Amino acid sequence: MSFVSRIRDLRNSLWIEWRIALRFLADNPLQTLLISVAISVGAAVIVFITALMMGLQNNVIDRTLGTQAHIRIEATRQHNNFSETPEGKYIWALESPRAQRLQTINNWQEVRDVLDQNPILNTVSPLISGPAFAQKGTARASVAIMGIDPERYAGIIELKDYLQEGRFSVGASNVLIGVQLAEDLGLRTGDKLRLDAGDNRQSIMDVAGIFELGVRELDSRYVYTDLKQAQTLLNLPGGVTILELKISDVFTAEYWAQRIKKLTGLHVQSWMESNGQLLNALRSQTMTTQMIRIFVALSVIFGIASVLAVSVVQRTREIGILRAMGSSQQQILRVFLLQGGLLGLAGSLLGVMVGYTLVQVFNNIGERLFYIGLEPSMLLSAILIATASGVIAAMVPARRAAKYDPAVAIRYV
Amino acid sequence: MSKSHILTHAADQSVVLQLDNINKIFNGGTPLENHVLHDISLQVSRGELVALVGTSGSGKSTLLNLMGLLDEPSSGELRIQGHLTQGLSEQQHTQLRSESIGFVFQFHHLISAFSVLDNVLMPLMLRYGKPSAEQLAYAEYLLNEVGLASYMRQPTNRLSGGQQQRVAIARALVTRPALVLADEPTGNLDTQTADEVFSLFERFNVEHQCAIVIVTHDPRLSMRCPRTIRLTDGRVVYDGPSADLPSLFSTVV
Repeated sequence: MSFVSRIRDLRNSLWIEWRIALRFLADNPLQTLLISVAISVGAAVIVFITALMMGLQNNVIDRTLGTQAHIRIEATRQHNNFSETPEGKYIWALESPRAQRLQTINNWQEVRDVLDQNPILNTVSPLISGPAFAQKGTARASVAIMGIDPERYAGIIELKDYLQEGRFSVGASNVLIGVQLAEDLGLRTGDKLRLDAGDNRQSIMDVAGIFELGVRELDSRYVYTDLKQAQTLLNLPGGVTILELKISDVFTAEYWAQRIKKLTGLHVQSWMESNGQLLNALRSQTMTTQMIRIFVALSVIFGIASVLAVSVVQRTREIGILRAMGSSQQQILRVFLLQGGLLGLAGSLLGVMVGYTLVQVFNNIGERLFYIGLEPSMLLSAILIATASGVIAAMVPARRAAKYDPAVAIRYV
Repeated sequence: MSKSHILTHAADQSVVLQLDNINKIFNGGTPLENHVLHDISLQVSRGELVALVGTSGSGKSTLLNLMGLLDEPSSGELRIQGHLTQGLSEQQHTQLRSESIGFVFQFHHLISAFSVLDNVLMPLMLRYGKPSAEQLAYAEYLLNEVGLASYMRQPTNRLSGGQQQRVAIARALVTRPALVLADEPTGNLDTQTADEVFSLFERFNVEHQCAIVIVTHDPRLSMRCPRTIRLTDGRVVYDGPSADLPSLFSTVV
């Protein structure tokens, strides 16, 4: 038998199976409607819960990572070196840990240039950060000097968007300060501010603008200036203390951190490491969502299976007739598998529409907590999975129908 | 094509159905063992119209199921159009059934989800998929012959019992089978309707030259068949011209 005629045979034989499956479903409209509604409720719950969780997590991640880098590279930590212990000997040592003085990343320009080549990394931003006192009159506050390359730093935190007043300007003698610091020291745009980094390194600065990042700790401590000014104040000419990175897929941060660590030998930390608690919370949320989805899907599958099992019994005699009319066991099997698939498809189409509507209601009506995004691929995969589940659910009843003894089935009343 | 090779080596094309020493035992080897058919041997040739009679429980329906390949004998040989059916796969049984055999049942057994025309076309659609214009025309012709041309597009449950049985007859003939098996096709019908339906069998028997085996309780109808096979307790006690049977038959009824 040629390939073409095989294909034609399959198409021809599937034609009647489609027809019988559709007629059987249409023949019992109430049953079909009820199970479709049940499937659609399940699909709607899955779509809505998934979208809600994704929206919530994206929101939490955005807020957390909006004001920090995904990966931070620092100079290798200083530690005590011990000479190798001879075999069979023990050394008892009393170690006092080394103080971590501010130090620059060796060859940071080269490291930056290498990382710039990597398309995964969206931003590589050098930063020089160190402690200082801010002083106005007799009022003092401890602050962190943040020396930035403004263009690159925009990829980490878009400071312009957080400005409350003044203009975005760092460099020369201009600094940006947080609202909390401004309040503590009674500063306004255009005021003068003395920065004292110790060892008689002082500088008088102009407050060019005031920002509010929404994190109290940062708003009371960050003082942004440019690299050069910060290098002078912190006595690290030409150096930077941190390279900050952002990547497109935030959940791969730890992987890339490890790779960069191996590549450079520097001290590398991902946000996932420094926000362990948050990550834990996100993971348990994901797991909870997954469990809900699995159990809803299971109940939908069992729903379809039980409806089809009843339908197989109801149609015992008709199956017997079809077998006597010359249908094969495989044809009967496919008729019921198709019914399962069609129920899954119809129910999930309806369910996806309901889920979509629920998301729109959430986004547009009432107090908007956060925005839920809905990706078409997610809706499509929900439909595909539901249809496949329908076919799987139909397997047991369909096999039973195919195995009916036609001589017995035909006498079934 | 693999479909036709089953029939190519038929020994004698005029013998449609041949049974040799057929036995059927239900629940063999258990305390519930039931020996339903004993050493049945018979032949049915092309164009014959045979009545299969006997009291209920005599094994008529079991024998008909065996002939129709809906069930398998416990021993003995069954040939359809010269081809031995034992040892064939389920799939080959299905194929032989759809090629050679048409069924008519007591309770008409139409599929209510489909229209009258679709019911008639069902055996063809199951085998070939979407019906061709020629197949459609033939189904319409048969429906016209049984007097139901105007009901073609209607659902089957709008039809009376006699009409439904006529649809079933058209369906049995649509594949142009060599053998039609009818299990008490008139059992549920009043006398006049039964006569009309039976006349259809007689007509198609002559026109299409298909062999027809009819199980019936009705002596009036069995008398209209040229040949009668009578079963008692699973044994053939009479096989010959119906005209010679009346005395035997009337004692039972």
